[in-house]
Amino acid sequence: MQETPDVLVIGGGNAALCAALMAREAGASVLVLESAPQSWRGGNSMHVRNLRCMHDAPQDVLVEAYPEEEYWQDLLKVTGGLTNEALARLVIRHSSRCRPWMRRHGVHFQPPLSGALHVARTNAFFMGGGKALVNAYYRSAGELGVAIRYETPVKSLELKDGRFIAAITEGGERIAARSCVLACGGFESNLEWQREAWGQNERGEWPAENFLIRGTRFNQGVLLKFMLDAGVDAIGDPTQAHCVAIDARAPLYDGGICTRIDCVSLGVVVNREARRFYDEGEDFWPKRYAIWGRLVAQQPGQTAWSIIDRKAVGRFMPPVFPGTRADTLEELAQKIGLDVATFTATLDAYNAACRPGTFDHTVLDDCRTEGLAAAKTHWAQPIDAAPFFAYPLKPGITFTYLGLKTDHTAAARFKDVPSENLFAAGEMMAGNVLGKGYTAGVGMSIGTAFGRIAGVNAAASAGFTHPEFKEELAYAAAH
Amino acid sequence: MPPLTETIAAPACTTAPTDLTALLGAEEQEVARVMQICNACRYCEGFCAVFPAMTRRLEFSAADTHYLANLCHNCGACLYACQYAPPHEFAVNVPQAMARVRPRTYQAYAWPKALGELYRRQGLTMALALAGGLALFLVLALAMSGHLVHAPLAGNFYAIFPHNFLAVVFGAVFLYAIAAFAIGAGRFWRDVSPAHESVPPTATELAKTRRSAAAETVYDIAVLRYLGGGHGVGCNEDDDRFTLVRRWFHQITMYGFLLCFAATSVATLYHYLFAYEAPYPWLSWPVVLGTVGGIGLLIGPAGLLWLNLRRHEERSDTAQRPMDLGFIALLFIISITGLALLVLRDTRFMALWLAIHLGCVMALFLTLPYGKFAHAVYRAAALFKHALEKRLPNRISLGGD
Repeated sequence: MQETPDVLVIGGGNAALCAALMAREAGASVLVLESAPQSWRGGNSMHVRNLRCMHDAPQDVLVEAYPEEEYWQDLLKVTGGLTNEALARLVIRHSSRCRPWMRRHGVHFQPPLSGALHVARTNAFFMGGGKALVNAYYRSAGELGVAIRYETPVKSLELKDGRFIAAITEGGERIAARSCVLACGGFESNLEWQREAWGQNERGEWPAENFLIRGTRFNQGVLLKFMLDAGVDAIGDPTQAHCVAIDARAPLYDGGICTRIDCVSLGVVVNREARRFYDEGEDFWPKRYAIWGRLVAQQPGQTAWSIIDRKAVGRFMPPVFPGTRADTLEELAQKIGLDVATFTATLDAYNAACRPGTFDHTVLDDCRTEGLAAAKTHWAQPIDAAPFFAYPLKPGITFTYLGLKTDHTAAARFKDVPSENLFAAGEMMAGNVLGKGYTAGVGMSIGTAFGRIAGVNAAASAGFTHPEFKEELAYAAAH
Repeated sequence: MPPLTETIAAPACTTAPTDLTALLGAEEQEVARVMQICNACRYCEGFCAVFPAMTRRLEFSAADTHYLANLCHNCGACLYACQYAPPHEFAVNVPQAMARVRPRTYQAYAWPKALGELYRRQGLTMALALAGGLALFLVLALAMSGHLVHAPLAGNFYAIFPHNFLAVVFGAVFLYAIAAFAIGAGRFWRDVSPAHESVPPTATELAKTRRSAAAETVYDIAVLRYLGGGHGVGCNEDDDRFTLVRRWFHQITMYGFLLCFAATSVATLYHYLFAYEAPYPWLSWPVVLGTVGGIGLLIGPAGLLWLNLRRHEERSDTAQRPMDLGFIALLFIISITGLALLVLRDTRFMALWLAIHLGCVMALFLTLPYGKFAHAVYRAAALFKHALEKRLPNRISLGGD
């Protein structure tokens, strides 16, 4: 390794490694700075499980077809239009052709997991999950001669007229390079920043104090903050994030996939005042799980309970923590510390409002309530078969959307002028595509597309041309 | 951090219940705890049979943990892929949790039960078996022929030990081992609660299911499918890199063992059916099979020993090293003494080597039901159970799929 690498990659997750591998393939010397120790490397990528993939015909692990337009419509729906169509379509089209490259670097795909068949058509699952993918990329990077330094957080950059000059580590070391890719995540792990971003609500609470972080503890947003202060063009609202309702007993960081609670649509959800507040059966759970984090964040104490009865047991992915169990609803309310009278009144009103129907969890069935302020429009069955179970919920942040504004080149921009040698990828710029909302696997689609693009462009700005990517990129960018 | 597991549910009703309280220890509870986390994650489903079997259960009885532990081949893929592995506070280490339960399976289902204790003292067991076997045959050789060193006998083993004597002694010990395993595996089989719809399939359906499940089990063992890592690239040894080297060494050992067994079987047929008696020439079936198998039993165990000693501590249960290494060493010694016997059979040292070799083989036969060989029996049973189970309707239906 020469002293000054051609390309410096700051970050150690999927997008960073995609960038490093592409830049190395182009012939550049590459140094990766990962802030975490080796055992925690990979950022949020160690918790991911699949890649949302466009495909026009069945492909190995992917069934049927998931055409560009449908993918785009799905993205449009979850973001409520807060997206950039050109960049979104670039990500979508890239996802249809990137897997052979991923395989070449050791990533294996597996058929959809049991309990996740609803995404068999749209998402390609990594065998062993994200950590296996991260391991494969690190192995491949090592074999190709990419230099990797762990436990090397960067605190600032030396910039000159929008050009990257050098990175300064927390330890005070100055690392110069000819170009740089920033792929070191959002600021989700920075509780102080979250608290400030969410502010105080009308009840005088600081909602973010009750948030849990589903992902890595290392995304402190240090460089994101630095870049914003340096006047980079930004995108996104700091309170927007991939935010789901998870088990309130999950650890503060790195709870990952297993802390999710999947029985919401099979029962009711009540807040601390023992009242329901939203339609639990609005749509299939995989299409709704990403709104429940914010819904719970708006409740007093940022907490809620998912309540089910015996009929639901065995019909949803088993939760990691056992539910609170009781033989009567009164006992259940007591055990979880809710007002017994209000709780039973809420449940009685709900049970009485359930219309007869044919329960079928695999379709949008005709079991619904009538006459409730917050209706339950599908899968509404009386909660009356003991034992009853309660699972406590809290908002769980996966990653934040505030980031650097980019175009299709992934270049960072100052006053709308793209930098010649500074690029951003992954969570740091995902907000360009995801203004709000989320749909499974799209974070990896964005990270892989822009990680590869950033790596190729960083190598190009250092004078190296990737031998193969041109055609693939031309296809992705053409629409 | 709340407890991940409240209680381990009582196992389903069994016909001839083993004393399951003996099965419910910290090791089983750790598997149940880990499986509850894995069941909520499932990222590793593609690696092996453990995870698909896990998804057919919502809670894990003591017997279930033994079933899953024996399905596990300790390939290591799920540990390196695990987002909850140490240093994560969930401290999920599936291969190690499973490894710690397996010797308890062998012990709990050993027959007679009292001899299951031998699993806790594998070093002593091996030493006693080997010393006993050697002493027995050395003394017998002396008693029967008067000398351990003698004028060359042209490889005629039966001049030292009469054929019928050997057939009866080894036959009896071997049949005993088969009986002990049959009883143990039968109990193991009945204890594992069925994880399919309670409505039993029809007899014809079941018979068909059994046939294809059995075929799959044989295939999975023949190619050692689950050391392939699910993608066929192999399992993990000392890091997250995949390698097929352990599969190769294991299969060389297994087929070497089977070839030696075949050599003995062919010789027995020759003897009784065709009155064609040993010594057999170098290019006869018994000698060729035995020699090729014997070479396999040198290379395979040597490789497995090398891998075993290099494997990271977090990957294994160090407490069972004596069992693993004792078994590997015994196979190696049997092979090397057998090959030496072949070379020395025309010399004055035949009786001595014959006694040594037979003493070692006797040690293996004696420890078959009380040593590492048990892994073959319980893993085969677990694989068959899984192959059957997955062909029957799942009682758990995750709605919205």
